[in-house]
Amino acid sequence: METDDRLATQLARDLDGAFPAFVRAHQDRLYTIALRLLGDTRDAEEVAQDGLVRAYRAMASYPPGRVATLQLRGWTAAIVVNLARNRRRRLMDRRPPRSLEPLLAVGFEPADERTTSGASTSIGREDGAALAQALLRLPNPMRAAVVLRHVDGLSVAEVAAALSRPENTIKSDVHRGLQRLRADLERSGTIDAAPRGVQPPRPRTERLNGQTLESLP
Amino acid sequence: MNPSGHSGSELETSLGALAVPAPASVALGALLAVGLADRYASIDSPLGRVFVAWNGRGVSWVSAERDPAEFERRFGEHVGRPISQADALPADLERAIRRRLAGDRRARVALDLRGHSPFEVAVWTKALEIPRGEVRPYGWIASEIGRPKAVRAVGSALAHNPVPLVVPCHRVVRSDGTVGQYSLGGPDAKRRLLASEGLDTIGLEAEAAAGVRFVGSDTTHIVCHPTCHDAQRLTARHRVRFRSLAQAEAAGYRPCRHCRPVSTAAAA
Repeated sequence: METDDRLATQLARDLDGAFPAFVRAHQDRLYTIALRLLGDTRDAEEVAQDGLVRAYRAMASYPPGRVATLQLRGWTAAIVVNLARNRRRRLMDRRPPRSLEPLLAVGFEPADERTTSGASTSIGREDGAALAQALLRLPNPMRAAVVLRHVDGLSVAEVAAALSRPENTIKSDVHRGLQRLRADLERSGTIDAAPRGVQPPRPRTERLNGQTLESLP
Repeated sequence: MNPSGHSGSELETSLGALAVPAPASVALGALLAVGLADRYASIDSPLGRVFVAWNGRGVSWVSAERDPAEFERRFGEHVGRPISQADALPADLERAIRRRLAGDRRARVALDLRGHSPFEVAVWTKALEIPRGEVRPYGWIASEIGRPKAVRAVGSALAHNPVPLVVPCHRVVRSDGTVGQYSLGGPDAKRRLLASEGLDTIGLEAEAAAGVRFVGSDTTHIVCHPTCHDAQRLTARHRVRFRSLAQAEAAGYRPCRHCRPVSTAAAA
């Protein structure tokens, strides 16, 4: 992105001077990524904040030439995805797996969400909540791919770079992720059945923290 | 591309609409953590209520304005970063500052001294070593940091101490023994503060006015700054007064290893 290139140049030249603009430009998308990966506003707040701080420290330690060429969107997304993964692991270690449902359900909807959803949304606010919950039921790597590709709007190449996985894997994860979301929403009656030709995905069994869980109840 | 056609792009649009604005705490917290914004709150001190500003790098400013607006104006003038008021200091920071004010020099208080010269930082760091209830002349700091002739510059650095109380510039006095200036309310505030630390400022200034600069023990033949812990324990019978270090050395006294007295004859 052109504005990001300019921002990266400014960060390379004067990190402290340009960092507030960097925060303004990226805070909403990093918070959104964290929220859609974790489902909890408090966790998302901390992860987004921590991600910005880590970005600052990394840039402070890089030579200016490296900062100037950073692909800020993909790079910051990668930081937040990693932080979210670490946080989820810590939560899993602390809480028994059976608390997974309440953990995902509680407070995933921020109080001020009404300010952004609505008007141009193709499914309403209630359904946005259902979609956000369906996202949380996707297995982790697939969820990250879908969130970065379609919630954050990165290109397949950018998602692949951010998640350090091949583009083909990303394409198939995003594709299967969308199928699952659709099937999930159909089952809950949020959207009408999709046109024929789409195979509803088979329920898959996930290994999680040594325990076996049905990822699609 | 997508076998589900229109419905697929609708789902993608709906996913795009899951974007939400970050709460204000995200930016504020990040800027605070990296030291590009500060917060402040007041704490009680021997001088009454003082404002303490901090960020992720440490305590950045301490001063004793009458009200928050005045404090913010002054902080803006001198530091220039965005600042916002907090209900209280972080508990661990407040605890560490209290321990420091109570004389515990092992309590670690991070300081944000960015933007100041290495000389100023050296002066302030040295002042941190002066124990509670004791004072040293400007010339002592100058000598200790290896700039014995920079006495006036030491005085000026102390006057610009951004974090008084935490860096105890009030424990540095003029070489003639008078207490000298103090940023948090002038010489009277400085006397009050030193008295709160157990120092007999009236006696100290009276002795200094009579020309006493050093005190020795006639049993150990060690000479100290008058407020050195060791000197304060001397009984009147064994307490010997000197006008200069040269006079003490001529009488066969050696400098104390704790307070390391230096000749301040040339000092202001």
